[in-house]
Amino acid sequence: MKGLKIIVLAKQVPDTRNVGKDAMKADGTVNRAALPAIFNPEDLNALELALRVKDTVPGSVITILTMGPGRAAEIIREGLYRGADSGVLLTDRAFAGSDTLATSYALAQAIKEMGHFDLIVAGRQAIDGDTAQVGPQVAEKLNLPQVTYVEEVLKVEKAAITVRRRLDNGVETVKSPMPMLLTVNSSAPDCRSRNVKMLMKYKHARTITEKQEATEDYTHLYDNRPFLYIREMTVADIKADAEQLGLTGSPTKVKKIDNVVLQAKDAKKLNTADEGINDLMKELIESHVIG
Amino acid sequence: MNNIFVYCEVEEGIVSEVSLELLTKGRSLASQLACQLEAVLIGSGLKGVEKQILPFGVDVLHIADDARLEPYTTLPHAAILNKLFAEEKPQIALMGATPIGRDLGPRVSSALHSGLTADCTSLEIGDHEDKKAGMVYKDLLYQIRPAFGGNIIATIINPDCRPQMATVREGVMKKEKINDSYPGTVKNLEVSKYVSDLDFAVQIIERHTEKKKINIKGASIVVSGGYGVGSKENFKLLYDLAAVLGAEVGASRAAVDAGYAEHDRQIGQTGITVRPKLYIACGISGQVQHRAGMEESAQIISINSDPEAPINSIADYVITGDIAEIIPKMIKYYKLNTK
Repeated sequence: MKGLKIIVLAKQVPDTRNVGKDAMKADGTVNRAALPAIFNPEDLNALELALRVKDTVPGSVITILTMGPGRAAEIIREGLYRGADSGVLLTDRAFAGSDTLATSYALAQAIKEMGHFDLIVAGRQAIDGDTAQVGPQVAEKLNLPQVTYVEEVLKVEKAAITVRRRLDNGVETVKSPMPMLLTVNSSAPDCRSRNVKMLMKYKHARTITEKQEATEDYTHLYDNRPFLYIREMTVADIKADAEQLGLTGSPTKVKKIDNVVLQAKDAKKLNTADEGINDLMKELIESHVIG
Repeated sequence: MNNIFVYCEVEEGIVSEVSLELLTKGRSLASQLACQLEAVLIGSGLKGVEKQILPFGVDVLHIADDARLEPYTTLPHAAILNKLFAEEKPQIALMGATPIGRDLGPRVSSALHSGLTADCTSLEIGDHEDKKAGMVYKDLLYQIRPAFGGNIIATIINPDCRPQMATVREGVMKKEKINDSYPGTVKNLEVSKYVSDLDFAVQIIERHTEKKKINIKGASIVVSGGYGVGSKENFKLLYDLAAVLGAEVGASRAAVDAGYAEHDRQIGQTGITVRPKLYIACGISGQVQHRAGMEESAQIISINSDPEAPINSIADYVITGDIAEIIPKMIKYYKLNTK
């Protein structure tokens, strides 16, 4: 069987799971500096799933597509170290303030520019928004079938793929024609770790902007090794309708943000008395810790 | 026209709980906006199912009944909603934040270019002034949800696009019938006008229900027990509390070694490391090994009969006493204060 062209959608996100006691400032706002930027966890599950397809169908090629600021190239390198073949960084100030719909539109336009593909694989959701919307919306924009909550690829045939989905109350085996899009759950296998050979091969992989900003000159390297180029795309490259991008292209607007104060205080001491427990539950509900 | 629509999930003739909860919320929003509440039911063998739906104050129920529409697949359900919403122009459309709603909602919102907010914890009606544009929007849906790993609460609005779409998790809204003989109308859709053969490209080959995998790492609340819980039977109290709070149950190594809990639930240096928003430690003394797996939790409640238990030093709340007395009270007062 001919190798598949696979696109993995990935996002660099603040590590909201690592919310320790220093992650919130005294005024109750998020201390972003205390949260490292990471490869969105379920997008790593998606990458692993793509790598497994590549293992079963030799000759398959995996391209990571991410939208974000310049530093998001870090996760493309991370993907290359783990076995992806190339990456595309979609970056432009015009994307700022995009909601899921404007994001999906930009990603879909970029995918149209990237040429033929058989399979798009994305994490189910990103931990900074938890919406799980971008996958299905990209599928809709490209008029592709979608299968969400995927845990494992069971079979790849010419122009068809069979996968197992993990739902709240069980599992489902479904077969879809390709090209198609699937989103992957955290219940899928963890991503393999970096491969030392790949790390050596790609450690100087850069976007054009990163190359221009670099202090060391590796020009000779890039002349001989075109695989070190991480492709950068801007609005100009994706034939986008400006009305559908960024804040303007986003139907949803944030009206208001309230901070949840997670500051540690001196321990409150309670006993079995009803009143104290009632007050505790009330307090936890009001601060949105529970409920 | 411009009514509130609720997409109802149905399987083997039973409408899901979350759908009935959304109908209840939809009814109160419709009354507030002086519009009608409409529901959409898509499935197979739906004769009589309207009796489960109309009593929630549904004015119009649209039914698409066809053997190919159950079990759920994305494309035909999306095709029906896309066309129906284009015809009926709802101002608000609600669905459950379930694997179905979270698969279907974004697909429909993309096709209609309407805004969707996932996993809302509260829905309210309110106005919005856009000072820059000099516009005042009346009676918008405030879609309120936690974001950023639960560290902030955001209020989202869709000023210009319709329908304003939102998904809500099961158990967030309360369920309340209006009247068993509420006079709603049923409209049967001619399915072939809404779907094409191409919509059935994805086939379900096999499905079976089974118990959920344990997912302590991903849980935002963990109820965890130690040796001090005393027995496997007493551990059931922790499961009760976890079920009410939407939490996962964890355990210390001592509790696992004593056979009170499965190995998969072990938290600590040799088990899982968790950083939930809330960690409720029941009968856990708090040895270093255990603390290594949980001390970065945002808030910690320690319930222990020993007021000097080491874990109390890192807890935000210390409750001294017997868990058999305290946990039922926590459940009671949680329920009293939420609904």
